[in-house]
Amino acid sequence: MSLLQVENVSKRFGDLVAVDGVSMTVETGELRAVIGPNGAGKTTFFNLISGFLTPSSGRIIFDGEDVTKLLPAWRVWRGIARTFQITEVFPELTTRENLRIAVEVASGYRLKTWLSRDADGEVRARVTDLLDMGGLADKADRLVGEMSHGDQRATEIMMALALKPRLLLLDEPTAGMGDQETYDITQLIRKLHRDQNQTIVLIEHDMRVVFHLADRIMVLAEGAMLAEGTPNEIAKDDAVQAAYLGKAA
Amino acid sequence: MVRLDKPAEESAQSEAPALPVPGFRIDKRAADAIVWLLLLTMPFWLNWIGGYTQLGTRVVILALAAMSLNFLLGYTGVLSFGHAAYFGLGGYGVGLTLKYLVPNTLVGMGVGIVAAIVAAAIIGALIVRLRGIYFAMVTIAFGQVFYFIAYRWNNVTGGDDGLSGWHRLPINLGFTQIDILHNKLAFYYVVLFCFAVSVGIMALLLRSPFGRTLLAIRENERRARFLGIPVDRHIWLSWLISCTFCSLAGTLYALLNNFSDPHDLHWEQSGNFVIMAVLGGMRSFWGPLIGAGIFIVLEDYISSRTENWESFIGLFFVLVVLFFPRGVLGVIRRRTTQ
Repeated sequence: MSLLQVENVSKRFGDLVAVDGVSMTVETGELRAVIGPNGAGKTTFFNLISGFLTPSSGRIIFDGEDVTKLLPAWRVWRGIARTFQITEVFPELTTRENLRIAVEVASGYRLKTWLSRDADGEVRARVTDLLDMGGLADKADRLVGEMSHGDQRATEIMMALALKPRLLLLDEPTAGMGDQETYDITQLIRKLHRDQNQTIVLIEHDMRVVFHLADRIMVLAEGAMLAEGTPNEIAKDDAVQAAYLGKAA
Repeated sequence: MVRLDKPAEESAQSEAPALPVPGFRIDKRAADAIVWLLLLTMPFWLNWIGGYTQLGTRVVILALAAMSLNFLLGYTGVLSFGHAAYFGLGGYGVGLTLKYLVPNTLVGMGVGIVAAIVAAAIIGALIVRLRGIYFAMVTIAFGQVFYFIAYRWNNVTGGDDGLSGWHRLPINLGFTQIDILHNKLAFYYVVLFCFAVSVGIMALLLRSPFGRTLLAIRENERRARFLGIPVDRHIWLSWLISCTFCSLAGTLYALLNNFSDPHDLHWEQSGNFVIMAVLGGMRSFWGPLIGAGIFIVLEDYISSRTENWESFIGLFFVLVVLFFPRGVLGVIRRRTTQ
């Protein structure tokens, strides 16, 4: 059974059809990229999967369960985590505190008023692991709001990972980043995918990143699916060339 | 979510180590020790600098109310302009019980607090989906409902004149009796005990995983939601905790005055709590205590000279908000770190 099945979802805002009957199937361990010109409905599509918005029609099946109507927090509990196009972190807390909150919530401690020494030790150890994995160990005690965009993005991704998601949704992880930062984030995503078999769906504008990372690519244009296939197939697809890649070339 | 203070200048100081409650730069334990020492000895030095014991009792009680409000405002990021409702419910609960039902101070306090908890739980469930200014407006509206009930229901609540004709009674602990009626000092320490327990619980909550989810909501509601925090439920809990301790303060205030005042239910009183919290510094744990101290001392001092004392407090408040957006404690803290 596929991990995520999106069946013919649409989202209308009044007369505007932002997402128009899009279907997508993602297997466990897959890294899927969603690309498309600006305004193609990529982020809206993401919002439907993560529960930020509810589809006007269609169904979303996660691990065999219909999650179409579930609120975000309930989808998170089932294993769907996401990052945002504009980084969403806790700016006036330190990196360590940001990750600690994520780890505690993921451990089911969100209503705990007290942690045993063992539980506290486990939380700390997990936070340290995440700091190391994200290359943030030397910035652990800095306020996140003061760090570089790349470090904030890395923090956000590590917070999402702290939830041990079965499906990780990344909305333009390299948006607004310099070459070095883009490279670092790309390496991080690659590592997650290759080493930990993390299932990832990402929206990305940077074609180098997309073709470097993705197992399969889905192309959206004007809210509808234009093409779907392996990077090679997409690169050769005439409709995609015309709608999207052609403009860039 | 309401975000009242995000001054950019704060970015300058970032190298401090991670703390459970972000904010304190001076040695936190030293600051705590000084605060408790001053509170424990207040009746002795307060007379010496021209105050009197009841003034100190008032400061501690209203500080508890302001700190309760700040649990919601400063640490959850939700602005309530209706906390007087729960403060006043506590006050009327204890007054009505002592006057009509049971001549027992502790039972009266219990009744006041339970009444406030029930009201806060129901009202909270109705309004917890609202954010920012809408939340604040609706808290005012619900608060005014209680005010008008107390104001109109003459034969029970005493209406505009308030509920008098009762007074606090000595607390009987079985093995001993605390005469809080005649012994002002004893009453001060009973109040301080309630304050200490409440503040201690709030401080512990803020250092816990639950407390950190509140900080998360304050910092970024969207991120909190997508970490799997059911934000509305957590705001409701924070609101309930905040209202509970505020109602405890309300019962103590009525006991202090031997009087339940309809004005304690009025939204002006809610506004005063907000002013105290912001004045002292709502991002610091002790800020509202300092704010309450300044507010009440100013009120006491200026109102003995002019009827327009509120305009002076207003002016002072405007100056603080304009020049020290982090409140009085925020300024002190910056000085000590430089």
